[in-house]
Amino acid sequence: MAEKVQIKVVVNGVEHHSEVEPRLLLVHYLRETLGLTGTHVGCDTSQCGACTVHLDGQAVKSCTLFAVQADGSSITTIEGLGSVDSLHPVQEGFWEMHGLQCGFCTPGMIMAAADLLNRNPQPSEEEIRHALEGNLCRCTGYHNIVRAVQYAANKMAGKVGVAADD
Amino acid sequence: MKVVGQAIPHESAREHVTGRALYTDDLLPRYPQALHAWPVQAPHAHARVLRLEPAPAHRVPGVVRVLTAADVPGLNDAGIKGDEPLFPCEVMYHGQAVAWVLAETEEAARLGAERVVVEYEPLPAILTLEEAIAQGSFQGATLQIRRGDLEQGFRASARVLSGALYLGGQEHFYLETQASLALLDETGHILVHSSTQHPSETQEVVAQVLGLPRNQVTVQCIRMGGGFGGKEVQASPYAAVAALGAYLTRRPVRVRLNRWQDIALTGKRHPFYARWKVGCSEEGRLLALQIELFSDGGWSLDLSEAVLARALCHIDNAYFIPHLEVTGRVCKTHKTSQTAFRGFGGPQGMVFIEEVLTQVAQTLGLPPEVVRERNFYGPSDSPETSTTHYGQPIKDVERIRLIWDELKSSAEFERRRREVALFNAQNPQRKRGLAITPVKFGISFNFTAYNQAGALVLVYQDGSVQVNHGGTEMGQGLYTKIQQIAAEALGVPLEAIRLMPTRTDKIPNTSATAASTGSDLNGAAVKEACEKIKARLAVVAAQRFGVNPADVVFEDGQVWSIWKPEERLAFAEVVRAAYAQRVQLFADGFYRTPGLHWDKARMRGKPFHYFAYGAAVSEVEVDGFTGQYTVRRVDILHDVGDSLSPLIDLGQVEGGFMQGLGWLTVEDLRWDAEGRLATRSASTYKLPSFSELPPVFNVRLLPRATETGVVYGSKAVGEPPLMLAISVREALRDAVAAFGAGGYVELASPATPEAVYWAIEKVRRGALVFGD
Ligand code: FES
Ligand code: FES
Repeated sequence: MAEKVQIKVVVNGVEHHSEVEPRLLLVHYLRETLGLTGTHVGCDTSQCGACTVHLDGQAVKSCTLFAVQADGSSITTIEGLGSVDSLHPVQEGFWEMHGLQCGFCTPGMIMAAADLLNRNPQPSEEEIRHALEGNLCRCTGYHNIVRAVQYAANKMAGKVGVAADD
Repeated sequence: MKVVGQAIPHESAREHVTGRALYTDDLLPRYPQALHAWPVQAPHAHARVLRLEPAPAHRVPGVVRVLTAADVPGLNDAGIKGDEPLFPCEVMYHGQAVAWVLAETEEAARLGAERVVVEYEPLPAILTLEEAIAQGSFQGATLQIRRGDLEQGFRASARVLSGALYLGGQEHFYLETQASLALLDETGHILVHSSTQHPSETQEVVAQVLGLPRNQVTVQCIRMGGGFGGKEVQASPYAAVAALGAYLTRRPVRVRLNRWQDIALTGKRHPFYARWKVGCSEEGRLLALQIELFSDGGWSLDLSEAVLARALCHIDNAYFIPHLEVTGRVCKTHKTSQTAFRGFGGPQGMVFIEEVLTQVAQTLGLPPEVVRERNFYGPSDSPETSTTHYGQPIKDVERIRLIWDELKSSAEFERRRREVALFNAQNPQRKRGLAITPVKFGISFNFTAYNQAGALVLVYQDGSVQVNHGGTEMGQGLYTKIQQIAAEALGVPLEAIRLMPTRTDKIPNTSATAASTGSDLNGAAVKEACEKIKARLAVVAAQRFGVNPADVVFEDGQVWSIWKPEERLAFAEVVRAAYAQRVQLFADGFYRTPGLHWDKARMRGKPFHYFAYGAAVSEVEVDGFTGQYTVRRVDILHDVGDSLSPLIDLGQVEGGFMQGLGWLTVEDLRWDAEGRLATRSASTYKLPSFSELPPVFNVRLLPRATETGVVYGSKAVGEPPLMLAISVREALRDAVAAFGAGGYVELASPATPEAVYWAIEKVRRGALVFGD
């Protein structure tokens, strides 16, 4: 096995110095080395988006990157997006609008949706669907996920608690 | 305020949205000592294992042990029917695991597995239903249901048609793949964390493989990242491998399939083939139907007989067929062992009868919805036409028509029929299609004994409550509903109720969480346990108030008597008083569905407690050049009784519909000539994504729909909505028909754009021949 490499990453605001095997995927680093198991693995082919995290503020599928590629970066995972007492608006949206069933796709969906709202605070329904096309959900049928993102967009725009209409 | 019936978020929603909800494999970082398992997979669909040499694997640093048949202390079988060797000496499908390597890291296990030397003698394989039928390769019993007199029915028919249809299978693609983590617990006994819908059967299989009594094995399922039937029996082999590894090495062992392995190793929805002869009147009334069903069961029997039985029991869907003979066989092929999948054979049976009805309608030149209506069961005052072919009276038969009429009007079906016709007249290359189809789905396990459930409810002195039951949470919202039921039954707020992970050491001998029965069965058991405790507490409170126990009210954490509502006690106060009086503060609950009976040999009786109903209208638009299509609008009206939890139920209807849509349109399983599954990942197996979500999606639950005799008047919801998607298939066919000049339009399933393209080509050719 290849020699280990030293990396430095800031994850959810905490600095980590780790020795990693060069082929270690970022998602495995997060889950197994740091114990941040909120980031999930749903496929082996970078299709499902369950592993989505923010790398320097942008949504990435953490199964498509090596941990070493994140060296020097700042990463936000679902655990760092909000807290149980103070949810991020997107988290609140998924909670309020029943945008989840088994919840396995949820962290990745939320991270992808948060990234969308960073770039485009008032997306149309069409834009939401398009932006989340790379995230799969086997349970919900997507309808409530769209509504959850609309809820979050409204909330962030100050229209507190306004549920999006169908 | 009533807790049951409120639209509340999922019980674990907060944990899910913050990433704190744990799944089985999330436990791994807690066990740094854990070994990782990797399968040695056979490169043949059918072969004899001549030699298996594990030794070379040990040259890979980190490999700790190779598990083979010789290591099994108990029975080398991962099922309960005796036909699923955990370590086979005859390979029965491509990719089957013949040994498992345990190592310090996943990579070492993988490299070790590559080194294991296995010599095979390839054998001839049966890979398609056609081959299996031709060669008589069947397993299990022949099933048959008959009604009336076929001869007579065909004699009375103005038309007799015949047809055949092949239906593709479906990969579950639960987002969380199969996962188990086994270890020796603090007492040295086997504890298996497993992503299983059936902890008791997983426990049974683990105990059987280890040769231990079941009380030595505990199985726990925290939650699953989706199941859909795919973890009903198929979680057990991986739990058994993990347990065997832990048992032999005394270290925790983790088995987690990656997606490729999961798709290659685990069973799917059964592909089916049917051929039929149908007789009808000129008005399109079905008079006689003779239909043979063949399911592709794969290499082992698994749940195939039960799936087939349900297909036979749903060949009627919502229609009265006076003379009927339906026969079914399970084919044995060298493929994965096909298994439970949401609907459990019901969807296949129903797609076939809808096919037959459309064939009749299109042949006669009648609108399919008219032919459907003409064949509905009912009216309710006619026992003959309100009884199924297996002899069960349909007690609320008028609901079929009620839902149908109500939906037709709310979806503006007639107006849109005209609009579609207009659009089609104006557009030679794009055609729209519209269809409405009904659902009637029987609720209960076909196997009567499974219709039982247990619960254990514990009340602590501070008034907080733990609820244990035998059901598992896979996203369907069972825990949410149970939490509501317990809160309602005890009269405490939701927050007072904690749902415990499902464990075999709390409730023994549980049934799988399947057949949509999770909340019916477990909910009723939990309710009974809560009511026992409440009755005891009522006696204590009644003494305090100086009233009759029957006059004590428990609501929202408060207790009072109807005579003096302003004098209130906190629930916890009553609990403490009860404790001081040595009153038992925990109780068990048990439920068995009443009134079920089933004569398995004759296939007659009352297998279902009740039926769930629904209907859907779908509209599509098809491109005549490419066969590409979009679903423009979907309207659904679905009957869940009095909803226990409307958000959860609407979610189930939407999700179920989309999963059915996937099965019937985009999800296409392909096996190559070697028997290797060619569609082994999300890159080759298309799942419904955001683009398949219809832009207009109106889903409503039938109001005022109380189902007496079921917990809080509710109805099961897990499976029935899947079959609402048949409306999409029929709408596509309606659109394809518009390219031709009439007659029966044959459409393959799944109706992929490619299949739609070929169907259009065929009707166009037909129109050229017959049209002008
Ligand atoms: S696990 Fe990364 S995209 Fe599926
Ligand atoms: S909620 Fe289960 S996969 Fe999305």
